[in-house]
Amino acid sequence: MATTEIVLKEKQVQQIKDICKQFNNESGELINVLHKTQSLFGYLPSEVQVVIAQELNMSLAKVFGVVTFYSYFTMTPRGEHPIDVCMGTACYVRGAEKVLEEFKRQLKIEVGETTLDGKFSINSLRCVGACGLAPVVIVGDKTYGAVTSADVKNILKEYENK
Amino acid sequence: MGNYKTEILICGGSGCKASQTVLTAKLLREVLEENNLSSEVQVVMTGCFGFCEKGPIVKIMPDNTFYVKVKPEDARELIEEHIIKGKKVNRLLYVDPKTKEIISDSKHMGFYKKQNRIALRNCGVIDPENIDEAIARNAYTALGKVLNEMTPEVAIDVMKKSGMRGRGGGGFPTGMKWDITSKSPAGQKYVVCNADEGDPGAFMDRSILEGDPHSVLEAMAICGYCIGADTGLIYIRAEYPLAIERLKIAIKQAREKGLLGNDILGKGFSFDVELKYGAGAFVCGEETALISSMEGLRGEPTFKPPFPSVEGYLGKPTNVNNVETFASIPEIFNKGAEWFASIGNEKSKGTKVFALAGKINNVGLIEVPMGTTLREVIYEIGGGIKDGKKFKAVQTGGPSGGCLTSKDLDTPIDYDNLIAAGSMMGSGGMIVLDEDDCMVSIAKFYLEFTVEESCGKCSPCRIGNKRLHEILEKICKGNGTLEDLEQLRNLSKVIKDTSLCGLGQTSPNPILSTLDNFYDEYLEHVHDKKCRAGVCKSLMKYVIEPDTCIGCTACVRVCPVDAISGEKKMSHLINQATCIKCGACYDKCKFNAILIK
Ligand SMILES: Cc1cc2nc3c(=O)[nH]c(=O)nc-3n(C[C@H](O)[C@H](O)[C@H](O)COP(=O)(O)O)c2cc1C
Ligand code: SF4
Ligand code: SF4
Ligand code: FES
Repeated sequence: MATTEIVLKEKQVQQIKDICKQFNNESGELINVLHKTQSLFGYLPSEVQVVIAQELNMSLAKVFGVVTFYSYFTMTPRGEHPIDVCMGTACYVRGAEKVLEEFKRQLKIEVGETTLDGKFSINSLRCVGACGLAPVVIVGDKTYGAVTSADVKNILKEYENK
Repeated sequence: MGNYKTEILICGGSGCKASQTVLTAKLLREVLEENNLSSEVQVVMTGCFGFCEKGPIVKIMPDNTFYVKVKPEDARELIEEHIIKGKKVNRLLYVDPKTKEIISDSKHMGFYKKQNRIALRNCGVIDPENIDEAIARNAYTALGKVLNEMTPEVAIDVMKKSGMRGRGGGGFPTGMKWDITSKSPAGQKYVVCNADEGDPGAFMDRSILEGDPHSVLEAMAICGYCIGADTGLIYIRAEYPLAIERLKIAIKQAREKGLLGNDILGKGFSFDVELKYGAGAFVCGEETALISSMEGLRGEPTFKPPFPSVEGYLGKPTNVNNVETFASIPEIFNKGAEWFASIGNEKSKGTKVFALAGKINNVGLIEVPMGTTLREVIYEIGGGIKDGKKFKAVQTGGPSGGCLTSKDLDTPIDYDNLIAAGSMMGSGGMIVLDEDDCMVSIAKFYLEFTVEESCGKCSPCRIGNKRLHEILEKICKGNGTLEDLEQLRNLSKVIKDTSLCGLGQTSPNPILSTLDNFYDEYLEHVHDKKCRAGVCKSLMKYVIEPDTCIGCTACVRVCPVDAISGEKKMSHLINQATCIKCGACYDKCKFNAILIK
């Protein structure tokens, strides 16, 4: 997916600066700064990383290196209804891969992508601690257990008009 | 239980919360209120009871009644029948699958009989958000005892005598690690709790932190006293929001009680704990990578020595231990090193927590004495294989471990015997596999994981694992050759020998152990282009058996690509050219008319 350029509003730049200040503009706090910023913006586009690099007085390459190293950080916005499919071992052996395939097929996107209308995004997680319900799918904050590929259509339907 | 006559314990662990226990608890409280019982009966959200398969669990105290699969709509009946009329709600009690008898006290359930809960002693018993409940169950008495009665040397000696070994996977003797860190030159030192829990099929550490955070805080303070550190850091995954929340509450409450902070219990020892967040990288469970990550860098491992005990966080001596290791420690001081050492077997003392999952009847979190056999765990605690299928293998040690087969079922579970049998203890993931699992695909699953998670610092791991994964993919597609099997072995050996950190040094294990135990399955994929478990899509197809199909049309309705045709009440047919092998029809057909060929 092509990344669209965005222009940060002055207020947003200030918000990022404030976060950095909370952590005394220390480069050692980069990961904490990124966590806070991502929870504010939902993702970490490069424009945001530029501001963080300046504030923490480190190179943009370092910031980018950390953002791309950790899978929790993302540079694309998640969908309105983010879909997380557990691909932990317990879910995998109970058929999670087929469920994931079906979500990808129905929404015509890959893992880590968001649909064009911004409604859905797909991610795979590793063990959400509910192995008794395997395979597990989480949409927003609702958890679905013992999901089969035949259930995918109905799950998506629940959100189509929301 | 305080002033309450009756307590209703309801599981507030991540797994059961996914089944709406917050709502159930709310409804229970509402019905109590309606009946003016709120001052007599208390509803408590606890940590995980362990028996996740039967979750959500509700336990009523003091009569110990154990209700299973409790839904929000059951709340009213539980209060009106059990609490008000004193009559047990039979339909929510546990039925023993073998004897068909109702068992209302968990002590008598096969799942709990062989367990010995030390690290999990308070999980499912206390409200983790209320320090008074933890204190009523002896939290912080061990810390008091150590500060009052022991010098650091004496306390370290207790740890050594207990025989405790690290539960994070390596099994390094904990007392010895504390001793080394204590002997590093005095000055700033750190205690680090490793709560990164990277094994993709496991949730032991998370459950401990969600169910009993104080046990970990207490042990970290004891460790701080022993090694001469005033700061503790818990490195926890950001993906564990509930555990983070409960830890924050626990830290705050412990500070308020003077159990963390300056001059703890008036003994002149100061210690405080902070949280550091991971961001989803398996390699950060490795202690040197974890330290880099805590410093705000990419989580890349460094060469050892120097070990963290000598040069760790910010270059200072740092003692890293796992969550479960810490959670067991207060009991060692409360009950004595001899007591702890009397549990387990010769070289592995105490108990180990496992997240038992996969094709097993009783999925859950279990804690067993070291030396318990795999057979006891799978057939007695686990209740055997799901749907009466045939046991094939059990995977331990996650992406670093291996598969054990029926010939290994009587292996005692401990550090050394599991290695001798070709796998390893690991941090506690235990996945049971049955005849429907393809062993080549299992190896491929783990390799996909390591390829994703390799930090990329050294080339054998970064490039080698990718090549291994490609070969496995080729085999699963039916394009493998005998040379590929040879290549898998050779390359695996090179990667193990030349990688920098534990990730690369162990990542080929899932391949090597399946090659050793299931070579015939690899051969079938290569020679006969067959996947006997029917997992590898390129090597199988779904077909409808005309004689068994009654033409109910259920499959037609679920097929997402309209690949199935046939008149009602006539046998149906799958068009192989359009079928995408999603398996929906196979799951749906009640008459077993759809076969994997
Ligand atoms: C790739 C890799 C991943 C690891 N992941 C974890 C983990 O998730 N949790 C953990 O406690 N230890 C993990 N370890 C082991 C740690 O490096 C370290 O040995 C352990 O935290 C020490 O604590 P213990 O002695 O109490 O087990 C991992 C090691 C490697 C090589
Ligand atoms: S073995 Fe793998 S994870 Fe470990 S340092 Fe090398 S590349 Fe990184
Ligand atoms: S496997 Fe899926 S695509 Fe193929 S026939 Fe069955 S339901 Fe249709
Ligand atoms: S593997 Fe999916 S919840 Fe544990």
